[in-house]
Amino acid sequence: MTAKQKEEFTPNIIGFLCNWCTYTGADLAGTSRLQYPPSILPIRVMCSSRVDPLFLVSAILRGADAVLVGGCHPGDCHYSEGNYYTRRRFAMMKKIFDTFGLESERIRLSWISASEGPRFAQVVTEYTDKIKDLGPNKIANEVFL
Amino acid sequence: MSKVMKIQGDIDSGIKGILRNLLESGKVEAVFAVGDSGDGKSYFLVTDPAKLDGIRPLLPFMPENAANLLSRLTSGDTISGKIAVVIKPCELRAFAELVKREQAERDNFIFISPVCGGALNFDIYNSGALENALPEYWKAFFAGENPADIRPTCAACEHFVPMNADITVFPDKDGCELFLNTDAAVELFKNKSSDMSEGEFDSNRIEKLKTARKAEREKLFDELKLEDMQIKGLIDVFGRCLGCHGCSSVCPICYCALCAFDTKENEFQPPVFENELSRRGAMRVPPNTVFFHLGRITHMSISCVGCGMCADVCPVDIPVASIFTRVGDAVQKVFDYIPGSDFEEPVPLSTFIEDELAEVEE
Repeated sequence: MTAKQKEEFTPNIIGFLCNWCTYTGADLAGTSRLQYPPSILPIRVMCSSRVDPLFLVSAILRGADAVLVGGCHPGDCHYSEGNYYTRRRFAMMKKIFDTFGLESERIRLSWISASEGPRFAQVVTEYTDKIKDLGPNKIANEVFL
Repeated sequence: MSKVMKIQGDIDSGIKGILRNLLESGKVEAVFAVGDSGDGKSYFLVTDPAKLDGIRPLLPFMPENAANLLSRLTSGDTISGKIAVVIKPCELRAFAELVKREQAERDNFIFISPVCGGALNFDIYNSGALENALPEYWKAFFAGENPADIRPTCAACEHFVPMNADITVFPDKDGCELFLNTDAAVELFKNKSSDMSEGEFDSNRIEKLKTARKAEREKLFDELKLEDMQIKGLIDVFGRCLGCHGCSSVCPICYCALCAFDTKENEFQPPVFENELSRRGAMRVPPNTVFFHLGRITHMSISCVGCGMCADVCPVDIPVASIFTRVGDAVQKVFDYIPGSDFEEPVPLSTFIEDELAEVEE
């Protein structure tokens, strides 16, 4: 991809954000007027463990450029242990993507607490950059799926 | 070291004699094993010793993964009365997975499982050559080699020695050895303790087969070249899929009475078709074939025992079993998990350790 193309490409990142930490963190980033790229489409879930692995597969196959799952730091889950299960499922999903040579960089798990507005802005900025380098998700153009 | 009993006689009659004795003496209420079913083979429950004639306990063929059937027998409750169950090691492992997922009850089953040479494939079965293939099959197995015409995942299976069996059967040229692994098994043969000795397997044969299987496994996995697949490869492989969902209906791990992929939930509504078309310009109808297979992998790979049923029933010969076994192997290694290796260890996705997998988070 040329530098110009990269400049013009705004990735579509689907964000599954936990209600208690990451979504609130995103809110804080907004009320603090922090700047970050308009690339993320937030979907609020009550817990990161609500994110069925099928959501990730579906989003990538339907043409999303990346999926970001955000949850509370380990030990801080509003439901005590939801994020531990998320972590295990995510380890499985990364392995499945890697085993098929699918780009596992297009799925990301980040712990962002309710007080980490700046971290939310930084994660989105950094991830958007990474996905820009990676280029658009080629699966978006496949007709057999 | 377990108690060993030697039984004379050919492959079928030796074990059948034991089963008949157990039924006649009332030590078990029923026998569950594979047998002749018209021109075909299937599993049977037998309570009358006189009706054991068609039973072929050690027949190297899997008409259906027995874990599925045992789950049906015990759905919602334990079964009353002891049942002697003769099944293959991978079926027993799949059953253990179902018990852990609360889809079956273990109580009152006495598991008899052979050291397994692999299951003959459906091509042999459908062509009517199953019986003729048996002499060659046993000859190879007795020599510690992989028999011909078994399922590819059987030839690549390293867990052919049963893991949770009450009684392990070790078939040999001049009869079988029965290893009594649990108290329940020893109890069944209390009056025959004079025939028993202490012993172990013929480790040479086991080791030889293990080496062959290991080599075959590496070869099978290498040839798949999954890492190079990417989306193009997935489309190539699953392009032939008819969407019959036979692979999931025979899978012992896919236990859901109504599969998520068979529900309305999984159907595209007209606006979704329109949306997809506006972006892609064309689409396969019905859609979601790759999604179905990737989705199924997220559901069952952690517990896949590699029994090979899915590939054998596939009407268009997609090597589903090899692919799923390969992915299962990778996923299971992340959690250092061997599905069905015991009845207590929780399925990795239903448990966690607080301090682990830090590398997954960024």
